[in-house]
Amino acid sequence: MASPPLASPRRPAPRPLWTFHGGLHLPDEKALSSGAPLATAPLPPLLVIPLQQHIGAPAKPLVGVGDLVGKGQLIGEAQGAVSATVHAPSSGTVVAIEERPVPHASGLSAPCILIATDGRDAWADLPPSLGPRPDPEALRERIRWAGIVGLGGAAFPSSVKLRVPAGQRIRTLILNGAECEPYISCDDRLMRDRPGRILAGVRLLRDLLQVEECLIAVEDNKPEAIAALRQALADGADLEGIELVVIPTLYPSGGEKQLIRILTGQEVPSRGIPAQLGILCQNIATAAAIADAAEEGKPLISRIITLTGRAMGQPRNLEVLVGTPIQDLLALAGGLGPGLRQLLIGGPMMGFACDDLAMPVTKGVNCLLALSATEAPDPGPALACIRCGACAEACPASLLPQQLYWHARARDLDQARAYHLFDCIECGCCAVVCPSHIPLVQYYRFAKAECLAQEREKRQAEHARQRHEAKTARLERLEEERKANLRKKKEALAEKPASARGAPLAGAGSPPAPKAPPAPTESTTSTASTSPTEPTALAGHPPPAAAGAVARGEADAAVPPAVAGTTPTVPGATPADSGAEDPKRAAIAAALQRAAEKKAALARQGQAPKNTQDLTPAQRRQVEAAEARRRELQAEEAAASSGREQP
Amino acid sequence: MIAILAIAILAAVFGLLLGYAAIRFRVEGNPIAEQIDALLPQTQCGQCGYPGCKPYAEAIAKGEAPINKCVPGGATTVIALAELLGREPEPLDGAAAEKPKAIAVIDPQECIGCTLCIQACPVDAIMGAAKQLHAVIASECTGCELCLKPCPVECIHMIPIQTDTSNWKWPFPAAVAAPEVPQTQTPADPAAASGRATV
Repeated sequence: MASPPLASPRRPAPRPLWTFHGGLHLPDEKALSSGAPLATAPLPPLLVIPLQQHIGAPAKPLVGVGDLVGKGQLIGEAQGAVSATVHAPSSGTVVAIEERPVPHASGLSAPCILIATDGRDAWADLPPSLGPRPDPEALRERIRWAGIVGLGGAAFPSSVKLRVPAGQRIRTLILNGAECEPYISCDDRLMRDRPGRILAGVRLLRDLLQVEECLIAVEDNKPEAIAALRQALADGADLEGIELVVIPTLYPSGGEKQLIRILTGQEVPSRGIPAQLGILCQNIATAAAIADAAEEGKPLISRIITLTGRAMGQPRNLEVLVGTPIQDLLALAGGLGPGLRQLLIGGPMMGFACDDLAMPVTKGVNCLLALSATEAPDPGPALACIRCGACAEACPASLLPQQLYWHARARDLDQARAYHLFDCIECGCCAVVCPSHIPLVQYYRFAKAECLAQEREKRQAEHARQRHEAKTARLERLEEERKANLRKKKEALAEKPASARGAPLAGAGSPPAPKAPPAPTESTTSTASTSPTEPTALAGHPPPAAAGAVARGEADAAVPPAVAGTTPTVPGATPADSGAEDPKRAAIAAALQRAAEKKAALARQGQAPKNTQDLTPAQRRQVEAAEARRRELQAEEAAASSGREQP
Repeated sequence: MIAILAIAILAAVFGLLLGYAAIRFRVEGNPIAEQIDALLPQTQCGQCGYPGCKPYAEAIAKGEAPINKCVPGGATTVIALAELLGREPEPLDGAAAEKPKAIAVIDPQECIGCTLCIQACPVDAIMGAAKQLHAVIASECTGCELCLKPCPVECIHMIPIQTDTSNWKWPFPAAVAAPEVPQTQTPADPAAASGRATV
């Protein structure tokens, strides 16, 4: 878009201006409400403060039911990177923390803190003023503490916006006072009545960001506001680099991207943010709130709201406490007229229907609009798209609304994305010009919500996949470790007897036996084994001790089975050999030896054990049979062990 | 002769090129299985008859499994798979109606701390130790219901996810402008068309 720079039609402005594509000249209807001076709404008996009044994570309540709170006391702490704090708008008692309907397009309920006001409106202890030239970090922290969010309607936490990422530098600060949506006049009233507060905030932001230029943009349909700001700029001190720019009235010039286009001729990249261009936009009401927070230590607990529409009793602007129920405000504005067709929260173009008058107003609510039937006649049923292209001409984002409509209606989200669905700012221009009265923006909102839900699901699926893979990998690793441990234990077990047999085996040069050796040889081998320093004997030239063991092993194997029964050879079982390491085994060996000696002594005296006397012939035969079997077994075992050890 | 030689040389050159490319650009694993896996909801619930999303994806890639077995994925997944694989979308297998998304919640009064559900959870979304109260980490639960069966005291319940302001979605406008659909579907009606043109 190479549109030529336009000069402001009202005054010869030194600054060249650009135009954006499309846009609409709508009847502004601002005079309905902008004439009455700004008033402060009285204290309501009950305040309903939603914990989420901003884009991002809801605040975490810091108070409990029954707590007494002072005006301006922190009652909800921000949690997460993008979040904002919540403060008590007036003094009173916390009566409940529960779900209440909140101003949201869904009409759903969300957690709120309910405060019964005590009528004293007594301030809690507030932080001190930061002075005229605050430290940047202190100012950012104060803005975060004060829970300041963008007051233009989107309610994005200002502290997050002002935390410029490293490597990026903001050169241009734009103060958005365009207020382009019809009917709304809260910024107009603020500029007229409190230009000093706005400029104080602009000064703080200018110093905080160290910008080169600072532009306050106001549409030319607000001459009183322009005059008031001009006067304040002329009167005020320390306002270098702050410039008032009057821009032509054209909806939606107050849109961030459109305003940047008008003032600088630059386009914000698709799905990008202005900071990429070195530009930062803030609403003028946000600037005033920042001034209040920095200079007076006041958190964001009130805002100006336009109550207007031809079905509103007395259209006007009111400064109201956040959390005031809508029905209380309507009573202050003369109530709803008989011709009411629809009550909107927000403006006629981007607002949404309010279906519960008990809803509170939040930081992001700038207007309550009671439309009569004449203002918003029923458009009748939507008709077929005739492909007239009027929407494409009106689109301020240079999109093709028709194509988006077809794809959104067919739920073809990929195609809708390909047509830059997410560059749509939902301004509603296309729907206004549509001759078929198709609710185009609703289709885009639907498609956007579906896309975001799909993205979220995809992210969750990816996350689940990673966790599943992590779990599988962990289980495999544990199984591996378990097996490795088991192997190690087995090896250690095998090592012990192997080293026990190590000495005789090495001496004999026989292959290692995998199984535990049979019983008769155990007593002998184990005696040689127990010294842990001996496994070196496996190396091939046995040390003397090992040689002795070999000799014993041979002797052992040579013992005839018949004798082995009566005189168990436990030559190695002397305490000197075995003892220290294995006292138990030594004791057993000693006991066996004693028994053998006793038996031998008895045999020498010609005495046999008495338990074989006086037996019946049948018993004797049984004993003999058993003895024969035992001898057979012992012979076998002796043959096996000698065969294994000395092949 | 020259022609034969030229063709032979060309064949050799291209053969070498292809051989080199086959080694240099060799694809590890089956890319189609990974693409299929990316479309699956990763609940690892096993309702398809395979022990997880990846095995099912591999089975589809091999042509062993039909594409309509993924119950949590629903019709959307079947359509996405059909598109990816160039097959006809089929209706979801079985009478299993698409259930609203739910997450598991452990009843603290009944949990005996047996750790069976912890072992069953494919995404480690259950926290606890033996003889200690277990709890489901809501943000990690995929709603696969695999923990329901092993629980000896049936203390795990599937609670549908409530719609709140954070996950609410704008509805399809047809609900708002209901008469539009039949009208746009019959643009051939000349009387209606002319009637609208005069509006």
